[in-house]
Amino acid sequence: MTDSISMTQPEASQEGVPGLVEDWSADKQTFPVPWGKAMMWIFLLSDTFIFTIFLTAYMNVRMTTTVDWPVPSEVFALTIFGNHIPLILIAIMTFILISSSGTMAMAVNFSYRRDRKKVAILMLITAAFGLSFVGMQVFEWSKLILEEGVRPWGNPMGAAQFGSAFFMITGFHGFHVSIGVIYLTVVALKVLRGDYDKKGNYEIVEITGLYWHFVDLVWVFIFAFFYLW
Amino acid sequence: MAYVAIADKGQDLSHPHSFITKYIWSQDHKVIAIQYGLTAIAVGFVALLLSGVMRLQLGFPDTFSFIDPSEYYQAVTMHGMIMVIYLLTALFLGGFGNYLIPLMVGARDMVFPYLNMLSYWVYLLSVIILMGSFFVTGGPTGAGWTLYPPQAILEGTPGADGGIVLMLISLIVFIVAFTMGGLNYVTTVLQARTRGMSLMRMPLSVWGIFTATVLGLLAFPALLVSGIMMILDRLLGTSFFMPAIVSLGEQTSYGGGSPVLFQHLFWFFGHPEVYIVALPAFGIVSDLLSTHARKNIFGYRMMVWAIVAIGGLSFVVWAHHMYVSGMNPYFGFFFATTTLIIAVPTAIKVYNWVLTLWRGNIHFTVPMLFAIGFIFTFTHGGLTGIFLGNVVVDLPLSDTYFVIAHFHMVMGVSPILVVFGALYHWYPKITGRMFNDTLGKIHFWGTFLGTYSIYLPMHYLGFLGVPRRYFAYEGINFIPESAQTLNEAITIAALIVAAFQFLFVFNVIWSLFKGKKAPGNPWNATTLEWQTPQTPPEHGNWGPELPNVYRWAYDYSVPGADKDFIPQNQPPGDNRQPPITTPREQPREVEPA
Repeated sequence: MTDSISMTQPEASQEGVPGLVEDWSADKQTFPVPWGKAMMWIFLLSDTFIFTIFLTAYMNVRMTTTVDWPVPSEVFALTIFGNHIPLILIAIMTFILISSSGTMAMAVNFSYRRDRKKVAILMLITAAFGLSFVGMQVFEWSKLILEEGVRPWGNPMGAAQFGSAFFMITGFHGFHVSIGVIYLTVVALKVLRGDYDKKGNYEIVEITGLYWHFVDLVWVFIFAFFYLW
Repeated sequence: MAYVAIADKGQDLSHPHSFITKYIWSQDHKVIAIQYGLTAIAVGFVALLLSGVMRLQLGFPDTFSFIDPSEYYQAVTMHGMIMVIYLLTALFLGGFGNYLIPLMVGARDMVFPYLNMLSYWVYLLSVIILMGSFFVTGGPTGAGWTLYPPQAILEGTPGADGGIVLMLISLIVFIVAFTMGGLNYVTTVLQARTRGMSLMRMPLSVWGIFTATVLGLLAFPALLVSGIMMILDRLLGTSFFMPAIVSLGEQTSYGGGSPVLFQHLFWFFGHPEVYIVALPAFGIVSDLLSTHARKNIFGYRMMVWAIVAIGGLSFVVWAHHMYVSGMNPYFGFFFATTTLIIAVPTAIKVYNWVLTLWRGNIHFTVPMLFAIGFIFTFTHGGLTGIFLGNVVVDLPLSDTYFVIAHFHMVMGVSPILVVFGALYHWYPKITGRMFNDTLGKIHFWGTFLGTYSIYLPMHYLGFLGVPRRYFAYEGINFIPESAQTLNEAITIAALIVAAFQFLFVFNVIWSLFKGKKAPGNPWNATTLEWQTPQTPPEHGNWGPELPNVYRWAYDYSVPGADKDFIPQNQPPGDNRQPPITTPREQPREVEPA
């Protein structure tokens, strides 16, 4: 976006607290990062509040409801080849999403080296992982809705809020993942086309990566608070 | 101070030529600011009209057949929501934030102009959705601006069919718009200040808007989430906020939810929202007072820290809105304590404003009148806040007209006075014309005295125990007849104040065409926006080169200087100029000769 950013990244002048004071009191960019990256960090802070409030609200209704809460490990169990395995689908989904963070980190690494093809391929792999996550979520939802009779307003296993909170929170997270898949694909195709070689910087890859890691991290909390609790 | 080149992206700015890209789909922060401002003021007039409906009913019950109880509640709800969100939040952050931040910190535009443009159009969409709710079956929601469930979405509440859904969708769209704008404001302040503009040299206006935007980015998520949950309750029949309930004689399908959860979420947003509106007002009024008193702001550092402290504290006081909602009594203790602690930084600010005026060379210009009026109304509203912050005092006053009087003084009248002061102050820069001074002064006195005569009597109504949000008071024995007389007087005052606002509109439009041509710096102010090469500033703001900043924003009446102000971008020159002053080494006031 700007010439100074494309040449060298401004760096913090000192380590530790003196560096912090220096950064905040000087007449320079407060954070030694490009504008887009700073903006993404601030957005993610705001988004963190959204997910925190979703999870807090879920915990609150779980405590207020008068009916027993269904046991998540039973609800989310699958029978594969005759074996009854609790949470197996969620385990696979979590594994896939965390792996996608790995490929994203590799893409960012290659973007530092301006390795156009590898960046694009790794980002597309990340997007494919994301897509398969969303696909499994669709499977999970349809199984719950069609076979188990879970609805947002009620379910046969127990408290109605179980279904409400489940569809709302995983839906909102799945929405984030879907947006991320589109975002990754668009950026990957532009990388492949050489747009960022012309502009001279690959910072957008890192910014996309920030978003993707965030979506991944949020999933870990949803996994812990909704499925494991 | 280490300086790392802040990119001057003048060459990267899009330079539009057609009328449409210049004034409609514009990416220029100044045009976006004007679009935001005009939309917010227009929708504010709708809210003003609604308050007229309410006052007519309260002052002269049984007189106006066109106001029935449902419409009264719809007017109450829409008036509150529009004023707080769609007028004040949008005007201070979208309007003044957009206009002032890049100009005051010496940037060419916001960091991401395209996103900024989207922000306005999404905001407009949210306004259109909100206005659309007037035309759906059942009309807009009448749940009160706090939208408390369960009544907000149950049959029997006005607008429970479509109105509440459109209201919630509109709020969610507004939050999206705000986030796009807010990210821009915060990033611009942090990353795109010009050379020499350290954070502690920024005008307090920027500090106020910046801190308020951070509050918004962290508080609106709570409204977003509660809005989504309530839409699900209403449309899909989930029971997040809905307990088992009998409505109109029938057991509803709801059960197991928590209405108090909504109150917590709403006020976790709602209390910071008070400061989202108040902090920009604090900042702007500091600049108005300093400029028109020709004196540096008293205690600049403390003013900055007070803004930041108020912002931080505003996140831990929310449940003082819920003393009667049913909480653990220890919560009351905690939230009363934090609430009263906020009085400390707020009082620091009020003292500093008064001390800025102390022995200043006060010019009673129109912006200054509004700024001084603000000190009165804000102190007044703040003091009644201390009443309501204490649990035992709050309980009898809760849901009475005392509460109405309190929050209208503190976050209705006070920010609006600042809005007017600021509009008069920056009008010459925005339009290139001077406004009509006499009309402005008449507008001030009408508004200031008028609003006092509206809200001062309401405190007495509150002490009498007159409950708020009632359509009529017939047959309530403890309310004396005289309360009705007072209500009539309040209504007459309210109608007069409303009429005075059209004077403002007339002044703005008339001066746009007939006003004197404004000089670049009519108030002899120091801040950067008055030092632009053109008035009104052109796209890109600064001509070929960004300004360099050499001093803080408050070098007024510096001893030894040849003028009574030194612009921030004036380099330290010959000996007639004082050395660079930073807030740490302010020039001492000299005794008058």
